[in-house]
Amino acid sequence: MSARRRWRPGSTPVNARIREVTTPEGIPLPMVLATVGQRFEALFFDLLLQFLALLALSLVMGLLGIGAWIDDPESSIWAGTFFMLVMFFMRTFYFAWFEVRWQGRTPGKRRAGLRVMDAAAGPLKTEALLVRNLMRELELWLPLQLAFNPGGLLPNAPAGIALGAAAWVLLFAFLPLLNKNRLRAGDMVAGTIVVLAPKRTLLHDIGGQEFSRQQRSEKVTPDFDFTDKQLDAYGIYELQVLEDLLRRTDPLKKDAMKAVARKIRRKIKWKGRPPDDNRFLRAYYAALRARLEKKLVHGKRKEDKHSRE
Amino acid sequence: MELKSYEFRRERQRKWAELEALISRVDKSGLSSLTAKQLHDLPVLHHAVLSSLSVARSISLDRNLLDYLEGLAARSYFCLYGSREPIRSVFGAFVLHRFPAAVRALAGPVLVSALVTALGFATAFAMTAADPEWYYSFVSPEMASGRDPAASTSELRAVLYAGTHGANSAGLSRFAAFLFTHNARVGMMAFAFGFAAGLPTLWLLFTNGLVLGGFAALYHSRGLSVDLWGWLLPHGVTELLAVVLCGGAGLAIGGAVVFAERDSRLRALARVGRTAGVVVFGTIAMFFVAGLIEGIFRQRVTDITVRYVVVLATAAFWFVYLRYAGRRSEPRVQQALERAIKAAPTGGHATREATRP
Repeated sequence: MSARRRWRPGSTPVNARIREVTTPEGIPLPMVLATVGQRFEALFFDLLLQFLALLALSLVMGLLGIGAWIDDPESSIWAGTFFMLVMFFMRTFYFAWFEVRWQGRTPGKRRAGLRVMDAAAGPLKTEALLVRNLMRELELWLPLQLAFNPGGLLPNAPAGIALGAAAWVLLFAFLPLLNKNRLRAGDMVAGTIVVLAPKRTLLHDIGGQEFSRQQRSEKVTPDFDFTDKQLDAYGIYELQVLEDLLRRTDPLKKDAMKAVARKIRRKIKWKGRPPDDNRFLRAYYAALRARLEKKLVHGKRKEDKHSRE
Repeated sequence: MELKSYEFRRERQRKWAELEALISRVDKSGLSSLTAKQLHDLPVLHHAVLSSLSVARSISLDRNLLDYLEGLAARSYFCLYGSREPIRSVFGAFVLHRFPAAVRALAGPVLVSALVTALGFATAFAMTAADPEWYYSFVSPEMASGRDPAASTSELRAVLYAGTHGANSAGLSRFAAFLFTHNARVGMMAFAFGFAAGLPTLWLLFTNGLVLGGFAALYHSRGLSVDLWGWLLPHGVTELLAVVLCGGAGLAIGGAVVFAERDSRLRALARVGRTAGVVVFGTIAMFFVAGLIEGIFRQRVTDITVRYVVVLATAAFWFVYLRYAGRRSEPRVQQALERAIKAAPTGGHATREATRP
């Protein structure tokens, strides 16, 4: 149930909170928890949408009303009743309705790339989606109301007590900041977490192609014939940091490659003329990966340069 | 010679792309946009990708490949295990089975909630009966709106038999809608406050009882008890029951926060919370019914016999519905659930806990 927070190479965002879950098929999957900022962004968008919908409705009703009912007291009461009910249902069911329909997403969550999932990675239950949004009464609407009227919670109490009660309610709004899984009260009551579900693209396999090419070319470039000792200088962590570097596309990539290539050459005691950085790093990556993967198949994982086998 | 991991990737990546295309399609236009064959392929491809991921983890060190497969597996998990019940069938099952079953599951906390309300009622009744001055501490002036110990008996009586909110149907509907939305909000609040260890919920229930007790004692002292209950209970049966249910749901989650025993606190909370949420959603419908009765029926019908018929009818309905509805299907649902769990390749313990109804 814990979230770890450690940088790792690859497409996982820097400083992401990762939560390891196990799918119903028994495969462990790391999930990236949504940050409080992302969730606030989604919430803000959803609230904006609700507000705009009500605004549009009142405009339409107003336009219709000018000709039809605004001067007729009975009709305008009906119109007011209708508006009151729409507001109630919107406030109560907007989130739940979308999350049930769109498998844990509201328009705001969809826009921010977030979704609700079962904390134990089971099926996402309708009940869970209903109850996590019922708690918004306490976490969202009441604090919003109190922000405008801090004494409103206990109108007949002395000011000190009323303000204390308001502060206490605000605590619930800030609950996600106070626990490591970023759960709000609704998530706790429903057993859900909110995760980031970004699309990831499968890029070219740098090492595989490089490796095949070198194998095919029957060693015309003896420059890159690394010894086992030279390949044992690094582990998986360094390999994947190198992969990140080789996949970079920014203008600073060249300088970074230069520095890294020099560092590697020094570490593996490279003899002779310094070769082209790009070709050198690619060749070293391919050879290192081939060696580490071979060890992996034999059950030996060399995590990083410090680990002994 | 080739890298094993590269060979592995070349052999399988077409299947991955196939799954990716299906998922993108579902994301954009829903499961219903898939053909029968695609629907059949989806779980097959899902399992293929999961096994690819397992293999990749043991033979490949290509971070991009691993990230891609993890992302793809997560997305297809969302696709397959998202909530997929169509709204209409959720609604049907909700009315026929889930709501009454959830109420029965929370019988304990609901009973506590009723007792706390009754305690508030008895306290205020006894104190006001002994000294009418106490009335003012239980019922605020806005709520009393003139119905206090200073009013004459005929005035008190008149309130019970006068439709006070305009006789036209528009005005009555507005009044009913106001009562419905306001009371439903109070009910949801009573539930949500349960999260704070149940204490604010207890307080809300107790004060609700106090107000009632104050009123009842005042009218009792003027010999108007029968008239008061005829005025209060036609909607009160439904409304008070709904408040008590919301309070019970709040106490249930409060209890799970405070008294978590074997289970981890969060898991216990989630299990109780889902049941409690169903109860609270059901009460929204009850508040709607109560709002109609209070806002329209009570303002129109002043005949005491008809009023008491409605009291009895609503009480009998809720009793029978909540006690018996969906009972027969419960074992069947339970069995189906257990079969499904057994059939699943490996259901995590946590998952099993969370899905128990």
